[in-house]
Amino acid sequence: MIKSTRFLKVTGKILLYFLLIICAGVMVFPLYTGVVTSLLGPENIASYPPKLFPVDLRWQNYVDAARQAPLMRFILNSFIQSGGVMILQLFTASLAAFAFAFLPFKGKNFVFLIFLSTMMIPWESTIIPNYLFIQKIGWDDTYMGLIAPFMATAFGTFLLRQFFMSIPKDLYDAAKIDGCGNFRFLITILLPLARPALGTLAVYSFLQTYNQYLWPLLITNSTNMRTVQIGITMLQVFEREQWQVVLAGVVTIMIPTLILFIFANRQLIRGLTAGAIKG
Amino acid sequence: MEIKGHLESRSKKQWWRDLKDWLRAFPFLAPSLIVFTIFVFVPLVRSVILSLYGTNPIGQMTKFVGLKYYQRLFTSPDYINSMLVTLKFVLYTVPGVLILGVLLSTLANLRFKGISIFRILFSLTIAISGATAALLFMFLYQPLIGIFNYLLSLVGIPAVPWLIDTKWALIAVAIPRIWLQTGFATVLLLAGMQGISEEYYEAAKIDGADFWQSWWHITLPLLTPSLFFLLVVTSLNAFQTFTEVNIMTGGGPVNSTEVVVQAIYRSFYFNGQYGLASAQALILFVIILALTIIQFGVLERRVHYE
Repeated sequence: MIKSTRFLKVTGKILLYFLLIICAGVMVFPLYTGVVTSLLGPENIASYPPKLFPVDLRWQNYVDAARQAPLMRFILNSFIQSGGVMILQLFTASLAAFAFAFLPFKGKNFVFLIFLSTMMIPWESTIIPNYLFIQKIGWDDTYMGLIAPFMATAFGTFLLRQFFMSIPKDLYDAAKIDGCGNFRFLITILLPLARPALGTLAVYSFLQTYNQYLWPLLITNSTNMRTVQIGITMLQVFEREQWQVVLAGVVTIMIPTLILFIFANRQLIRGLTAGAIKG
Repeated sequence: MEIKGHLESRSKKQWWRDLKDWLRAFPFLAPSLIVFTIFVFVPLVRSVILSLYGTNPIGQMTKFVGLKYYQRLFTSPDYINSMLVTLKFVLYTVPGVLILGVLLSTLANLRFKGISIFRILFSLTIAISGATAALLFMFLYQPLIGIFNYLLSLVGIPAVPWLIDTKWALIAVAIPRIWLQTGFATVLLLAGMQGISEEYYEAAKIDGADFWQSWWHITLPLLTPSLFFLLVVTSLNAFQTFTEVNIMTGGGPVNSTEVVVQAIYRSFYFNGQYGLASAQALILFVIILALTIIQFGVLERRVHYE
């Protein structure tokens, strides 16, 4: 009796590991084949059956990809856009979150609702006037045009507000008695304490912006201003049937986000799951 | 007399204090409020106005047409098609994401040696963009030398005309979306599962419940708020889908993947029909607003019950 339950336990465990490995395999498969194919030589790319294992290590494909399209320029553009959006969102959101968490003022609930309502308005329903507006002020095909609409964030404000509210009000009162002004309190005391929350917002907004597609597609025209997600599709158009080069480009532009995924995993997950908990 | 004067001065004092509070808070709120006004509220109003006007090719309003665009949309076979395609896309992606998310998060919540590696692999797609996913799958879908058709041939299934056939194209576009969202779903549901108090499971164990019983009677019911949130968010995302369609099919073949946002993009960016496109965008807005309000309403209730 005891023996058979132990036997069941062991086989159950083996089966579960098997299931885990299959699931992991399915989730990783598209990325895995992308990496394997990005390193194939031209003679192996069009052969049948397709290669599922790394038979070649042709790094030249990456050089070719960077030659066919200015990938480094695209990455630079995306870094400027994402970095700009990230810094400006940290700035606007921490200011607003401070007001919500520490300052008493009439109609706070109403202002809160104004912020909340921006999360209910889908980007697509405002995109045409935004596009016309950016064109009218001559910001199309510029970094300003790429960054401007995303300078403030209701989500980020709520995220930081939540964190600020966990900080004892006594700290604020004590600082005030010592003659510390609101701005100074925010910058010298509150923000250093809020580093984990700021990190979460920074990683989240950088990744969101780096992976944007529709807005940069509308607002950039010249090859030199394209961001990675738009630029990468150029490779696909130029290099029909040259999938090893296209995929080398795809892997290249994914590297920054994969690095973020590995080294800032906790912040990223905190940012993604924050929406599920009501602010 | 005296009392009245006293009250008046008090309410005046109160008014002064309110104003001073406001002046103190305003500099902190102003940057966000200005950005929201310029890029959210004013454009929303302008969208409504645009949808009532005829425009010239650079988007300037020329003449008032009233509700003509809305009337035209509700009788246009193309628009009805794009709505149906979008609904189908929602139905193709959302159940798949929820089922896979529940499966993967349940597995990732087990206590095993090396489980953290599996957690990372299951959530990998949260870092991947729609554009790169679209290109990865276009490669896998290739008709002759593609890996998917090769794998199907190994189990004796004939080649599938993934992106070429009107019957298959929308499914082919939905699969990378399911893949992308499953990572997010797993992360979210796993966080939900880890938030469930250990006491429940211990009590169930004492009562002699096995793994499946406690999963069915404890994990799943306590996970419903997360599942509901996920349902709404994945539906919202599916209604707004664009990237994969734009890259993989451009709406074709024969409009079989022409989702609403792709139709809006075509109307204003290629055909210069700003008014018509705005009307389409506002109808999408109403749908999304309804879904979001449902979501907030239910989350509100959940907070009450806890």
